[in-house]
Amino acid sequence: MGSLSFLYFGTVIVLAAILVVALRKPVYSVIALLVMFFHIAGLFVTLHAEFLAAVQLIVYAGAILVLYLFVVMLLNVKEDDSYQRQFRLGMGLGLVALAEVIYIVSAAGLPEEPVREPAASVSAGNTETVGRALYTTYLFPFEVASLILLVAMIGAILMAKKGIMGPETPKAVQAVESK
Amino acid sequence: MTPLSSYMILSAIVFVTGVVGVLIRRNIIMILLSIELMLNATNINFVAFSYYLDNVAGQVFVFFALTVAAAEVAVGLAIIIALYRGKATIAAEELNLMKW
Repeated sequence: MGSLSFLYFGTVIVLAAILVVALRKPVYSVIALLVMFFHIAGLFVTLHAEFLAAVQLIVYAGAILVLYLFVVMLLNVKEDDSYQRQFRLGMGLGLVALAEVIYIVSAAGLPEEPVREPAASVSAGNTETVGRALYTTYLFPFEVASLILLVAMIGAILMAKKGIMGPETPKAVQAVESK
Repeated sequence: MTPLSSYMILSAIVFVTGVVGVLIRRNIIMILLSIELMLNATNINFVAFSYYLDNVAGQVFVFFALTVAAAEVAVGLAIIIALYRGKATIAAEELNLMKW
């Protein structure tokens, strides 16, 4: 049963990941990424990380992808969206890296089974366990993470604001006005 | 029961797909999407290790990776919008201002 669900989630994740990279239109790629995020959340549930599965859906599928779709539709780029010239080189490098990782994994001697029975770790409650670790052992990194979010928010507002690239009329606006 | 190595190989495949996406796509938005793929591949690895070694630290680390990913997306998309406003293109090979 466990390996069957892994097979399903793994297959869909790999297929969706390849579609994200291969599809020509950015909107279709974003939709494929949405499918991948949902199945990664399912994989997290089978690994007894229910809190992270929920966070994955809320943050990635709910916030990040909507932001991507927003920008894709806002810019609405109508240029030839083919692949780069170094297509073959990129594929070759990717295959070499994949073969390397598979060799390392097969040579490493990783554990076949979980160290403890999964039923024992479920009894405490996943959200409670993660929250306890987050607010005791990892309290300082947690505060630093909030600082990162604040800085990112200020930076995003500053950079997307008008007039940061100089006072002259932007080329995008000129292109629209000349039509 | 699925061995840990199959999770690692799954995450390696997704990661390499992201690397290839960064290398072959022209559109900057697609390059950022490929970076998301890579971040998710590492998240799969962290959660799998957290389950198999029975240590909650892996899940906490995924939480932080998620925070950084959200910040990266916000700043990255803001940069793309500023770039598009200034140069009217988001093709990677035309943005060579700092190339020598």
